[in-house]
Formats: sequence, structure tokens, C-alpha cells
Amino acid sequence: MDTRVTRKKLGLKDRYAAMTRGLGWETSYQPMDKVFPYDKYEGIKIHDWNKWEDPFRLTMDAYWKYQGEKEKKLYAVIEAFAQNNGQLGVSDARYINALKLFIQGVTPLEYYAHRGFAHVGRQFTGEGARVAAQMQSVDELRHYQTETHAISHYNKYFNGMHHSNHWFDRVWYLSVPKSFFEDAITGGPFEFLVAVSFSFEYVLTNLLFVPFMSGAAHNGDMSTVTFGFSAQSDESRHMTLGIECIKFLLEQDPANVPIVQGWIDKWFWRGYRLLTLVAMMQDYMLPKRVMSWKEAWEMYAEENGGALFKDLARYGIREPKGWKDACEGKDHISHQAWNTFYNYNAAAPFHTWVPTEEEMSWLSEKYPDTFDKYYRPRLEHYREQQQAGKRFYNKTLPMLCTTCQIPMLFTEPGDASKICYRESDYFGNKYHFCSDHCKGIFDHEPEKYVQSWLPVHQIYQGHCFKPGTDPTVEGFDPLMAVLDYYELNVGRDNFDFEGSEDQKNFAAWRGDPPATATAATTEPGAAK
Amino acid sequence: MSVVAISDYNFPAKDVRENFPAPLLYIGWEDHLMFCAPFCLPLPPDMPFGALPTAVLPGIYGEHPDFASIDWSSVEWLKSGQPWQPDPAKSLADNGLQHKDAIRFRTPGLTGIKGSFS
Repeated sequence: MDTRVTRKKLGLKDRYAAMTRGLGWETSYQPMDKVFPYDKYEGIKIHDWNKWEDPFRLTMDAYWKYQGEKEKKLYAVIEAFAQNNGQLGVSDARYINALKLFIQGVTPLEYYAHRGFAHVGRQFTGEGARVAAQMQSVDELRHYQTETHAISHYNKYFNGMHHSNHWFDRVWYLSVPKSFFEDAITGGPFEFLVAVSFSFEYVLTNLLFVPFMSGAAHNGDMSTVTFGFSAQSDESRHMTLGIECIKFLLEQDPANVPIVQGWIDKWFWRGYRLLTLVAMMQDYMLPKRVMSWKEAWEMYAEENGGALFKDLARYGIREPKGWKDACEGKDHISHQAWNTFYNYNAAAPFHTWVPTEEEMSWLSEKYPDTFDKYYRPRLEHYREQQQAGKRFYNKTLPMLCTTCQIPMLFTEPGDASKICYRESDYFGNKYHFCSDHCKGIFDHEPEKYVQSWLPVHQIYQGHCFKPGTDPTVEGFDPLMAVLDYYELNVGRDNFDFEGSEDQKNFAAWRGDPPATATAATTEPGAAK
Repeated sequence: MSVVAISDYNFPAKDVRENFPAPLLYIGWEDHLMFCAPFCLPLPPDMPFGALPTAVLPGIYGEHPDFASIDWSSVEWLKSGQPWQPDPAKSLADNGLQHKDAIRFRTPGLTGIKGSFS
């Protein structure tokens, strides 16, 4: 029998070195550039990958152990939530619509992030960066799964969640998050890191996660809160990757600075536009409010972001080009977005409503300069129309921005009475944009954005009907044909919350008195 | 500027005229943002411009309380943001409208629900 050799255990530092940096090698059968074709063409110069710092020093074996423990806890809570009919404990069935938006528009991005980081983790020649990206790739896949599992419980009881993956590739407003991430994963690996790790995870992620998770907590949704906690330690690692990657790129070569600045300009703006959906959720979809979008923007973007860009000034980086316009938008975008979904609620698989009088007072207080002047009158008009049995639905397709793909709902900076129109000509074709910054992104890479899959144009090109649909038959209803293509359950997934199946079921399950029309109630003394 | 790519980067534009049964026209009503965004409509190029206010716009804007009060003779038109005077008797094409042109109209005196630009 052989004698077992006892080996000394490695210390943390050596262990990290052996299990990350020690995993790479210079290829000899094939040239390195052929094995790693993507890490030079963007123009980023890396002289020494060993300068890449990984403050977490996490190795794969430790990673599996931590993640496994978190999973166990999370699934125990999800299980308990289901056993106890936790869905009945949420503040109001209107809250569920925030979850619909999340499973439809955010969860699929986790999967895209998983793919993106897997690609990046394959393509860099630096082992430290590769291992960090691979871990994030696994994190993102885990988030996709845990969000799906946490929300699947709600899917048993509520409409608007049964086809989220199918919708992600088809439904008009979901092309906004979809095109955002497809733009990022079709960039090179360095652009992807600046786009997702830095501009999104580091600069903007608090504006996505905090509203959804504290919104869940305030509204009695413990299963989503637990998911949030489970993801939180991953998020802090992702944010660290974001800030480390940017510093690393800037320190490696002065020629990297203008390239990185261009990406920050682009991706800050794309991320900001994407967050319009969160702004709307925060101000309109949470029956129990946490803070307004404007307050969140001031805290997480203006204060934290302002300090960040001061810190980066020593590398020659300035604040993103769209910064001032983004700050100006804080008074408007949530209201403009909610109005858009209210308009097009026939074609969206979640519910909208007119806020109650009390909720409108909250909005007036949070938006003293804009809500009463621009936004309250249209909501009161909708309420009157609805009470008269004429709930307003917009039935004509909107003009979209070619870059962010959001309907052209944003107004001129400094003038909320005028829609902001911008256009460019490219090879004899006109392209339209919602802002100077979306136009700037197009003008920088027009070849990329002329391929935009704009849902409205796709419908008019006849690509959004099921096979065998004949648009020439008598009485053809294009809207119904598109909803059929979306596989949306008309009358259950869409339309106003008032009178919806969700509303009726929730009231019946909780034993509430018959629907007293939350949204349409006019309280005594309310302005008419 | 152009895309920095690893090899040739040349893909067809998705929204060229040939891909649609009719050219697209974008139409916006200034100061009336109850309709959240301008509209996108495929319209036959030989349609007279004068048919817009009578045959097209009532179907898309008619639900607005201001719509019935529009005095079409005083309406101001913009094309690509510049003042523009279309001839109602001529067709869309003869008025110079091409695929994906954006036009807007302003209705002086009408500023939306309770003057809120809604």
C-alpha cells in the first residue's frame, strides 16, 4: 500500500493565485491572437493583465460553496411563501403588475448577461478578468433561474406572466430591454464590460434593484425580497468588477481613455433610457410607495454618480454626455411612460389604471413643478372618460426612436410641452430619435442601428402575424392579429386593472367586499 | 464614424421603402401629449394631402376634446421641424413627402386638456 503524502494546504493568497492566475498559459500550437481573436480589435491596449485586481479573491471552489448555501436558504423561503399562500399578503393586486414588468423585462436580461459574461470570460487573455467574468456569468444564470422560480408562484394565480420569454422576443415595449442587451453583447468584450459592468451595474444598478426590492418589501412580497437578498452579495461583486475594470482600462494606456469615454457616453444614456420603465413602476405601480423616481435619481445618480465622476476625473474621464439631460428628465419620464402604457394597454400584458386621488396627491407633492401642470389634467380626464364608460385606448401605432426603440414620448429638455424630435439621413433614408444622445449613438455607428428590429415597423412589414394569417380578408383586424402573434390572452392579460380578472380574484380570495373601483373612486371633495 | 468590427460589417437596412406596402409617414399634433407619441402610418403616396384632416386624423386624434375645435385653415404645419406649407390638393408624394418623413401640425389657440399640453 502506498503511503499517503500529506500536502500542506495553500494559504488564501496562494490559493487564489493557483486557481486563477495559474490557470492560463501561452498557446504554442496556435498563435494567441488566433485563439483569442476578440481582445485587440476594439483598439484597447493592455500591457500587463497581471495588474488586474480582484478584491474578492474568490476561487471557484469557494464560489460553489457560498452560492449553494444561498440557494438552500432562498428555496426554503420560496417554499414557505407558497405553502402559506403568501400571494394573498401583498398590499393590493395592482402590485403584481410590477412583478409582471420584472419577469417580462428584467429577468430575460439576466439570461443575456449570463451569455455576455460567458463570452467575455472566454475571450480575454487575462486570467483574473476571465475568472471574474465566468463567475458573474454563473451568477446571472442563477438570477435568471431564481427570479423565474420566485415569480412562478404568482403565475399560478395572476395573469400576465405565463409567456414572458415568448413576449420578450415579440412584444413592442420589450424590444427596449432586448435591444439594449443585444447591442451590448454584439459589441466587443471591452465595450461589453464598460456597458454592463460599469455603466449599468456600477452607475445605474441601484436605481433598478433598490426600487424593485424595497418596493417588494413595502408591499408585502417576501419572496421577491428574499431573492433580492440572495442576489445582493453577487451584485456587490458585480459592481466591484465594474469599477475595477474601468480603472484597469484607464491605467493601462492613455489611448484607452477616449474609447472608454465614448462607451460611457453611449451606455450611460442607453441604460438611463431603459430605466424609464423602472421610473414608471416606482411612481405608479407600487400601491405602497417607497420613494419617488426623482428622489431615487437624486440619491443614487446625482449624489453617488457625481462623486464617482469626480473621482474618475484624474484619469481624464468626465461625466457622460447625457448627464444633464438625464437629470432634467427626473421630473417627467415616469409620468410620460405611464401615459404611454395607459394609451397602449390593449397591447401590453399587464394592467394600468388611473391613480387614486390620494396617490395623485402624493405625486403632486413629490413633483411640485410638473405633476399638476402637465400630468394631472390628463389623468383626471381619463378618469372622467372611464367613469362615463369610455376608457381611452390608443389604437394607432406610435413612432419609435431608432436607437432606444421607445415610442417618441420624451419631451424637449426644458420644455415639457413639446415632443423632442431628432433625425438623421443615412444613405437616403431617414432615421428618427427621441433625443440628441440617441441620435449621437446612431450617428456614431449607423451600420449597426439600421438593423434595428423596430416593433411598429415590423408589424407594418407584416412580420408580426402568425403563419397563415391573411391580412386581405374582409374585416381583418391587425391589432387582434398582432395580439394573437404575441399569444396574449385578450381580456385577461391586458386592459385596465379596473374590472380585470386579477382584481376580482384577489378580492374574492381575500374576502374583500365586492370591487369598489380603487382607481375610479373619486373621493369627497376631489377636483373633478 | 462607423462600427469597429473584426471583419467586414455590412448588413441590409431593415426599414427601407421596399419592405413596406406603402411609405411610412410620422404625424404629431403639437401641444397635445395625451396621445403619448407621434403616430406612424403607412399611407398611399397618391393620397391627396387634404385627405389627412378629413379621412386620417379624425380616426387617430378624434377622441381628444380639442379635436372638434380645430380650424384647419389656421393650422401650421412643420416638416422635419421646419415650417412647411403643404398643398391640400396635391398628393402626399407631390408635396414632397417621402418614406419616413416626420410632419407635425400646430393648432393655434388649442393647448390641450385644461391648457396642460395634454
